Amino acid sequence: MADEPLILGIETSCDETGVGIVRGHTLLADALASSVEEHARFGGVVPEVASRAHLEAIVPTMDRALREAGVTLADIDAIAVTSGPGLAGALLVGVAAAKGYALAAEKPVYGVNHLAAHVAVDTLEHGPLPEPAIALLVSGGHSSLLLVDDLARGVTPLGATIDDAAGEAFDKVARLLGLPFPGGPPIDREARAGDAASIAFPRGLTAAKDLAAHRYDFSFSGLKTAVARWVEARQRAGEPVPVADVAASFQEAVCDVLTTKALAACRANGIETLVIGGGVAANSRLRAMAEQRAEKYGIQVRVPRPKLCTDNGAMVAALGSHLVAAGVAPSRLDLPADSALPLTTVSV
Amino acid sequence: MLVLVVDSSTPAVTAALVEVSADDVALRAHRCTVDARAHGELLAPQVDAVLADADARPRDLGAVVAGLGPGPFTGLRVGLVTAATMGQVLDIPTYGVCSLDGIGYPAATGDPVLAASDARRKELYWAVYDGAGQRIVGPEVSTPAVAAARARELGATVAVGDGAHRYADTLGLPVRVEPRYPDATVLALLAAERIRAAAPTERLTPLYLRRPDAVAATARKPVLP
Ligand SMILES: Nc1ncnc2c1ncn2[C@@H]1O[C@H](COP(=O)(O)OP(=O)(O)OP(=O)(O)O)[C@@H](O)[C@H]1O
Ligand SMILES: [Mg+2]
Repeated sequence: MADEPLILGIETSCDETGVGIVRGHTLLADALASSVEEHARFGGVVPEVASRAHLEAIVPTMDRALREAGVTLADIDAIAVTSGPGLAGALLVGVAAAKGYALAAEKPVYGVNHLAAHVAVDTLEHGPLPEPAIALLVSGGHSSLLLVDDLARGVTPLGATIDDAAGEAFDKVARLLGLPFPGGPPIDREARAGDAASIAFPRGLTAAKDLAAHRYDFSFSGLKTAVARWVEARQRAGEPVPVADVAASFQEAVCDVLTTKALAACRANGIETLVIGGGVAANSRLRAMAEQRAEKYGIQVRVPRPKLCTDNGAMVAALGSHLVAAGVAPSRLDLPADSALPLTTVSV
Repeated sequence: MLVLVVDSSTPAVTAALVEVSADDVALRAHRCTVDARAHGELLAPQVDAVLADADARPRDLGAVVAGLGPGPFTGLRVGLVTAATMGQVLDIPTYGVCSLDGIGYPAATGDPVLAASDARRKELYWAVYDGAGQRIVGPEVSTPAVAAARARELGATVAVGDGAHRYADTLGLPVRVEPRYPDATVLALLAAERIRAAAPTERLTPLYLRRPDAVAATARKPVLP
């Protein structure tokens, strides 16, 4: 183990400044600074506020990670950094930082895909990912089903949301229920006391007519509107809104669609491993439902612990480690931040 | 002592190596590319290039000097984060200098000078320097008309910098051709006392001058008619 490469990962694509350090598949440090509280009153992430916070946080967060792992930058074999997708200005701080560290310490740098990192992070928890696998990627900005043949070289998108991302739906529904931002955790919490069968919310793109063209696609905008209508009708009638029941029924609808389609993709491709990543993978109902439903098909579900699901530096280090082990060449020093980096590009 | 200078506060992305000695600041290597949209891509290769030009390794550096702006935020941060991270790894001090000083200081030769860079949104980042090159007002951000009025009040007889070229008509002052962008050797010169005294490292806080555009989310509109 000691001779496996020591990889550092830097993440700044949204509102979390993350620095993680791994050796092979072993997590040594995962330092995080968040500007989430500065954004909360705006009901969403303010890009310039996030960028400013990254600049202030990067050096101290690096210090903490190095201390936590008990290593210095001289010991590091390679530096990986999220080069996209994400907020352009925020990404640029991380990419420039990674280059500064790489230049000064004379180490190679890898610009990597944030979404592939959300998949790779699971290797820190469950070891090497059996390939091919199906990945369900559900976060604040993305909801995708991917066929993972070779995570070091590319993934094949099978489907994606045609409107809102799953995390975005959680955030929007939380707002209309008067719950704080980001909405995933409070809805998860409220839902535990609610009845998930109390309100029949729609399951987007699951009707036979939609499946023809959108077999592995998602749609959460209709669900969000249905929740809004239901809540408003109650309010207009002067009746109290049963927040826990709405939260549980909404969450049930999201998890139902996500797990149904993900498992269908596994079965259609004869694949026995489903890995779930991204912030929404922290959802307790999604984790439980996926496991329960997968069992009867003999499909193994892999979901990392909640802290590794939301954005962090360890996931970037995990992907970097995978790339180094696979012999992928590092990026050049002119590597750009690319806010729209496609899912098919794992490293640049 | 070999010192790295970086500035990304204007479209001119600059990296330089200077030798700071007891009585001199001498340029050893210099790279500058004018491209307002590629600071993130350009700066690191340029740092690499000046090191190669001077046949030096990063560990040969004794300090880093960075232009603190003011400048368009996204590009400005590239220089500052590069300087801060390199300083951290190499365990050498970092010093900040107002980027406009790199334009105004060398331009002042007797009479007050207005130094200005483009702040976009039809505004300028500017400062006024006395005849000896000391900044007496600024840095500030305002329309060219406001900058011009203040500069005249302060007795400026000439304007300098990319922003002055761009808004020469509004400013109504003769424009000096050079320096158009912050001069790396001058930035090092202005930090030389601190470098020689091995002054404590400084946190490189950008001179943003503007608040972030942060529009509070509006109250949710009802979905039902
Ligand atoms: N327990 C949870 N249940 C449901 N959603 C959750 C939970 N915890 C976090 N989330 C959601 O996860 C999202 C944040 O995830 P993540 O940090 O991966 O997204 P992001 O980085 O903003 O987006 P992307 O990764 O697409 O760029 C938020 O929308 C948040 O509400
Ligand atoms: Mg994410």
